[in-house]
Amino acid sequence: MTEQTTLDVILLMLAIFGLLALLTIVAELIRIRLPLGQTDPVIEAFLMRIHTWWGLAIILSIAILSGAFMVTLLFAFVSFAALREFLTFTAKRRADHLSLVLGFFVILPLQYLFVWLDWMGLFTVFIPVYVFLLLPILSAVRGDPDQFLVRVAETQWGLMICVYCLSHVPALLTYEVPDGADRSLLLIIFFAMVVQLADFVEYYAGRSFGRRKIAPAISPKTVIGVVAGVAASALIGALLSWITPFGILGAAAMAALASVTGILGSIVFAAIKRDRGVKDWSHLIPGHGGFLDQLDSVIFAAPVFYHATHLGWG
Amino acid sequence: MPADRSLLRQLAARAVGHFLALTARLITAVRAEWRGIEPVAKQRIYFANHVSNADMPMIWTVLPSSMRRNTRPVAAADYWLKNRLRAFVGPEVFNCVLIDRRPETRTNDPLKKIIEALDEGSSLIIFPEGNRNTTDEPLLPFRAGLYNIGRQRPDIDLVPTWLANLNKIMPKGEVIPLPLICTVTFGSPIHVEEGEDKEAFLKRAAEALVALAPKDRRSEK
Repeated sequence: MTEQTTLDVILLMLAIFGLLALLTIVAELIRIRLPLGQTDPVIEAFLMRIHTWWGLAIILSIAILSGAFMVTLLFAFVSFAALREFLTFTAKRRADHLSLVLGFFVILPLQYLFVWLDWMGLFTVFIPVYVFLLLPILSAVRGDPDQFLVRVAETQWGLMICVYCLSHVPALLTYEVPDGADRSLLLIIFFAMVVQLADFVEYYAGRSFGRRKIAPAISPKTVIGVVAGVAASALIGALLSWITPFGILGAAAMAALASVTGILGSIVFAAIKRDRGVKDWSHLIPGHGGFLDQLDSVIFAAPVFYHATHLGWG
Repeated sequence: MPADRSLLRQLAARAVGHFLALTARLITAVRAEWRGIEPVAKQRIYFANHVSNADMPMIWTVLPSSMRRNTRPVAAADYWLKNRLRAFVGPEVFNCVLIDRRPETRTNDPLKKIIEALDEGSSLIIFPEGNRNTTDEPLLPFRAGLYNIGRQRPDIDLVPTWLANLNKIMPKGEVIPLPLICTVTFGSPIHVEEGEDKEAFLKRAAEALVALAPKDRRSEK
């Protein structure tokens, strides 16, 4: 990393930590004002989320300051945790055991290896083409036709979502910024901030002012919440345009694109959870449910953001 | 633990135990759901469904270490004494109550050993199906052991303990475990009622256990 990039990363981290500190203090002040023996569940949930944000921000900071390799490794582990949550709820029989073991222990590491080596021609087709053909063969050869198409389709969906899509976040690192500087690490911070901020604003604005629901049978997300989330995200995107190659308007547009894809993506995940009858994917992240509950928007937005970056500024 | 084992050996057993629990957590993110009881050190008999060799270590992992110290799995002697490694892990790391499951050759009565362990104050983990369940049914018919123990020590809580997903994590015959999320659900305790006969009690115990299984429409297959 060049000195300028490191300096910018540290500056951004300090800004994020400052924002978190502010939110923590405000929430604690509200909590102090409550009479003794009384608790407000909204504040408690908010504080728990903020505490988790602290953890996530610190882990991501350390990974980014350690360089591209650690970021790729971090996302490989996150992919593993996400895939574990997803495949816990999919249809599978004993005949799929080998396919699933390969998914976790061979396909996932290979995908991140290809990303790390910047073999773009391979990592963009490995899971959608080769794995897509190979795993059903393995399951079929072991000979159990019961629910066959459901099993292979759900496994493939899990790998696409949890491994393929998510690997596009560290794949941003291989994007070469036109002016030649090593600014791609900053692009990850930009992406993570605009998508997560949109989620955050959408959640609270939608709760407070939202009326019309987008998909009432699936998710409580409202039109106003989504509009507010995307607008906030575009605004922050424009403010952060100095760390991107997009320019002010371009940064706002990229932020809006990423956040709208992300919010709609989390409606897709809500539909899957409704179908499987679960509220959260797991309990591994306090206040957020599982990794997938936290990352659903990032997963959907990552490939779109990656390709838009290459198409618009490649 | 018996005093005849050297301190070093006991420390090694503790270290291996922590390592196994950590591995179980890393692979399956195993989690306890205390639905019918609190995680407090009270004498209990946990009876669980049995689908894989990883069952007992999973329950053992989710018990808080204060409870783990006094909880002894009841396990088959022929399995755990097969080689020196197992003879260390079974009796010393897990502190198993080893019973001989071959009635024709055995010299001591399994029930007597189990009651002795209870009278020393230990909690127990038992698998009343007796064998690993490889069928599509949720449970195999229970053996009489649970009833006999419950009748001889009627005051001790019998806690139904459901292990979800382990048949997918490690189906019988597979070597590499699949890292799926495993949940251990502890239900409300049951007891053998006054005058209750064996069949009625075992049926009630099996129903209490199956009732803890997740209601996912897919896991019923």
